[in-house]
Amino acid sequence: MTTDAILKATGLTKRFGALAVLTDVDFLIAPGEAIGIVGPNGAGKTTLLNVLSGAYTVSAGQVAFLGQDVTALGAADRCRRGIARSHQIPRPFGGMTVFENLHVAASIGGDLTGAAANRRCIDSLELCGMLRVANRRAETLGLLDRKRLEMARALATGPQVLLLDEIGGGLTDAEAAELVVAIRAINAQGVAIVWIEHIVHVLLQVITRLVCMDAGKILAEGDPAAVMSDPAVIDAYLGPGSHSSVAA
Amino acid sequence: MNFVNQLLQGVLLGGFYALLACGLSFLFGVMRIINLAHGSLAVLAAFLLMEFCNDTNFSPFGGLLLVLPVMALVGWVLQFAVLDRSLKAGPLIPILSTFGVAIILDNSMFEHYGANSQSLGPFIGDLAYGSWNLTSSLYIGQLDALIFATAVVVLGALQFTLARTPLGRTIRATADDPSVVDLIGVNSRMVYAAVAAIAIMLTGLAGAFLGMRASFDPYAGGPMLIFAFETVVIGGLGSLWGTLLGGIVLGVSQNIGAAISPHGFLIAGHVVFLAVLIARTFSHRLTWRPRFSRKVATA
Amino acid sequence: MSILEIENLECRHGLLIAVRGIGFTVNEGEILALVGANGAGKTTLMRTIAGAHRPAAGRISFDGKDVTALKAHKRVGLGIALVPEGRRLFTGMTVEENLKVAGAHGRKGDWTLDKVLEAFPQLKPKLKARAGDLSGGQQQATAIGRALMTNPRLLLLDEVSLGLSPLAVDQVYNSLSGLMRGGTTIIIVEQDLSRALAVSTRIICMLEGGIALEGPAAALDREQITAAYFGLNRGQKELA
Repeated sequence: MTTDAILKATGLTKRFGALAVLTDVDFLIAPGEAIGIVGPNGAGKTTLLNVLSGAYTVSAGQVAFLGQDVTALGAADRCRRGIARSHQIPRPFGGMTVFENLHVAASIGGDLTGAAANRRCIDSLELCGMLRVANRRAETLGLLDRKRLEMARALATGPQVLLLDEIGGGLTDAEAAELVVAIRAINAQGVAIVWIEHIVHVLLQVITRLVCMDAGKILAEGDPAAVMSDPAVIDAYLGPGSHSSVAA
Repeated sequence: MNFVNQLLQGVLLGGFYALLACGLSFLFGVMRIINLAHGSLAVLAAFLLMEFCNDTNFSPFGGLLLVLPVMALVGWVLQFAVLDRSLKAGPLIPILSTFGVAIILDNSMFEHYGANSQSLGPFIGDLAYGSWNLTSSLYIGQLDALIFATAVVVLGALQFTLARTPLGRTIRATADDPSVVDLIGVNSRMVYAAVAAIAIMLTGLAGAFLGMRASFDPYAGGPMLIFAFETVVIGGLGSLWGTLLGGIVLGVSQNIGAAISPHGFLIAGHVVFLAVLIARTFSHRLTWRPRFSRKVATA
Repeated sequence: MSILEIENLECRHGLLIAVRGIGFTVNEGEILALVGANGAGKTTLMRTIAGAHRPAAGRISFDGKDVTALKAHKRVGLGIALVPEGRRLFTGMTVEENLKVAGAHGRKGDWTLDKVLEAFPQLKPKLKARAGDLSGGQQQATAIGRALMTNPRLLLLDEVSLGLSPLAVDQVYNSLSGLMRGGTTIIIVEQDLSRALAVSTRIICMLEGGIALEGPAAALDREQITAAYFGLNRGQKELA
């Protein structure tokens, strides 16, 4: 399984001045995998995502994508190669329609032109359930649609890995269910998903592997149920104390 | 000897600039607002005093008893009508809105009073031209001395109020974090209104002295704003004693420039301002250190 | 006797719903612990009770009086004080000035500068120090002291252990224990469940803006709260 890894990060360390936010983190993604990342505040989850997407440079360590070393590449270059990322607070291009938002991504991030670009946009919109709002201006969208637009736009760049940063926040149960449908559909197309989330029960509906971080390191990793019952994980969130496994 | 006298006059001129700038500095230090209507407000006060003196034939100093409270009220109204709303729209919007206020003020005064230059000089008698001779070539004008003394007293009083009194503490806390200060019972909007009232009142005082030491017309606000702004920048944003220092540096530079060339007065001042600005921007040792404001005020 | 009543409260941040239609009552003298994951809505709720955030819908009653539309500084006058997340001291002013300015604008009562220093003796040598130069634990003590200077009847503590070493947290809780025995009504947001269970009389666990679990601290155990915390007893997928 590890020989097939499309994204492989080793020894990732990120320091801001004297503060180490990530310490010696190893991270692997197999093609088409869906991985969740959880952990208390300040664990370094978003920093890890930023380091993988290229938004941050590393203080130490390496990131390899599809067998090639991309450590020195910035976010735009990594996006063109196939690592896409959505943000916690949706940031649509205001003043442009949903379709136009995607078109920017497809033509610049995905390097497509003409009919191919249009096709990619339509496919992405369909996958995310957004065809019906394709011609609406982005800033008129409600919260769920904005989140879907974030994903669809990232998808339009034709990624092999999609990094999602706390995309579930602020949604009703029904909206969260619709979001899960869209993410599952994306994953079913073969796009690997790495998803940071606080809303654990939503996360568990999609992912097959769970990583728990704490204080810049990986605390536990593996089968989601096992990780969530791990006493060390519960302690990381709730403080030390006598613990027993979580009721199913 | 003439050179030393120019220096001395420059220092005294600095006192006027400091007095002119202290309202601007105070408002910026607390509310992070650059009030582009500053110069026009000073000129407004001068015109109001002129009306008073023309109508009553009293001295402008007596007129201040009426005009200063009026200016304070103008500041209060300005805060609620313009500044408060502008801040909610963003930190740069007050610049636009106060610029608008300046234009409205200037043109209203022009419409009402006409283009003629005015002066309060005729109403203060000997004070306008009396002076003390230190030596045969060094002299200190009485009005200039009064202005300098007033500047020192005003800055000192402001500094004392801020550092030692409960009102000053409240103002500093509001300047430090306007959203948190609500949580300890302070009505931050009222504090801002009080600060605006004080700042505009002081601007009015400066306007009175402007009228006494020179002539003014409805469009004199622009140059006054520039001198005040340069003074604040040279002395350091948000620092009250820095305003005095900045005024002196500006006044001395201008006078030295005038001694060198007939056109040198303004240019020398601007050159020094630019030099200080560049030095502050690129030198880490002379960093901006806003003394009593830390967070940008947001609604 | 109920001192605080929350009815159907809804709070938003732009489009995001942070608190959805929750309701609960706090009785005088109670110590209520609010627990929950990040993003659950705890801080938004605290800020809304204090008046720093306007709710989109719902009602807040303090002492029987509807305060939903009342501005924050007026609520301080009624006796609600918030120690905000991250402390938010006036960093350019000294400790003494931070305390004094709160004392000047809050309610009059037993809490004076001397009494605050008694409760937080670690601040005595630091009175004239600039608040921004203090250690995390000292800043937290100053922040709590500042709220106390307004003589609150309802004290809201938002994550007092954030960013502090375990030793500093112990010190803060020691100082708070006297306060808690004294009968002030307190709502405390606390991530450390053991501490929350140890000091509180009631617990509310929030999840995604709603209340997932509520009850007397003595009757709830860690397992129940953990399940509510992660929302694992809802949602479609079951754990093996």
